[in-house]
Amino acid sequence: MKGGFVTTTLNSMLGWGRKFSLFQYPFITACCGMEYMSVACAHYDLDRFGMGWTRFTPRQADMLLVVGTITHKEAPVLRTVYEQMTEPKWVVAFGACAVSGGIYDNYAVVQGIDRIIPVDVYIPGCPPRPETILNALIKLQEKIQKEGHEWRFQRKKY
Amino acid sequence: MAISKEKILEDLNKEFADSIISVTAQFGDEIIFFEKEALLKIVEFLIKEPYTFTMLLDLTCVDYKGEKERFEMVYHLFSLSNKLRLRLKTRLNEANLEIDSLSPIFQNANWLEREAFDMFGVQFKGHPYLRRLFMYDGFEGHPLRKDYPLRKQQPRIRLRD
Repeated sequence: MKGGFVTTTLNSMLGWGRKFSLFQYPFITACCGMEYMSVACAHYDLDRFGMGWTRFTPRQADMLLVVGTITHKEAPVLRTVYEQMTEPKWVVAFGACAVSGGIYDNYAVVQGIDRIIPVDVYIPGCPPRPETILNALIKLQEKIQKEGHEWRFQRKKY
Repeated sequence: MAISKEKILEDLNKEFADSIISVTAQFGDEIIFFEKEALLKIVEFLIKEPYTFTMLLDLTCVDYKGEKERFEMVYHLFSLSNKLRLRLKTRLNEANLEIDSLSPIFQNANWLEREAFDMFGVQFKGHPYLRRLFMYDGFEGHPLRKDYPLRKQQPRIRLRD
């Protein structure tokens, strides 16, 4: 089918363009930020993967990196930041605390940021090694490459 | 003029014979147990020359659930000129959690007392702005009390399933 071929190719091209131009918004609250810094800076150099641009407003970002412990006090802030991001957007839960609350199973800490916003990639580790993070981000790129464009017609539920 | 630890304890015992319950030592510092009504007077006494305990290192509370006088207030004082630390302790009854505030004397007591109020519910008399320090508005209870449920959470927004 001629038309089908054109749309799949267009999807593939859009995915290719997106995955190499991820603008990231780091939401850093704890010690995992150190690992994020080493990943983002010259040693491990995220820019090799087209993610070098750190945006300091969520409105210009595609990828939200939630780095560190999220408390209940902070949860509304994180949700607002997520809502301010324009589609398409992806979320990475960075480190044990963001994934599941980590060692903090108590009155103050949200047990995983997926209780607040949808998450695309989870990176375990306390803190994760920079290689783990690069691997996870490459996985995210693969996901973006394969992504269809249903998101244009759907509203993300959370 | 430096003054010895023994002299300080002797003067203190003489001055507050009826409100000091016991004087013990643990981990290299003297612990003075006293009746809570005497707090302000003892601190005002210790802050003066030649004792000069002009620095409040820490102010906190301990919950001994099950004991008759459940909460224990702990004050760490430090004397810069004598290079001495002193630990003051007093017990509070659960029915009456009022104690005098140290904020008029030590500036840093303001936030330390707000923390103790937030986490344990201790009421500080004479505090200029006794409001929760860490937890958010609408949080119920005092999370560091031993009878606060271990994993009880009070989310501010509706969580996803």
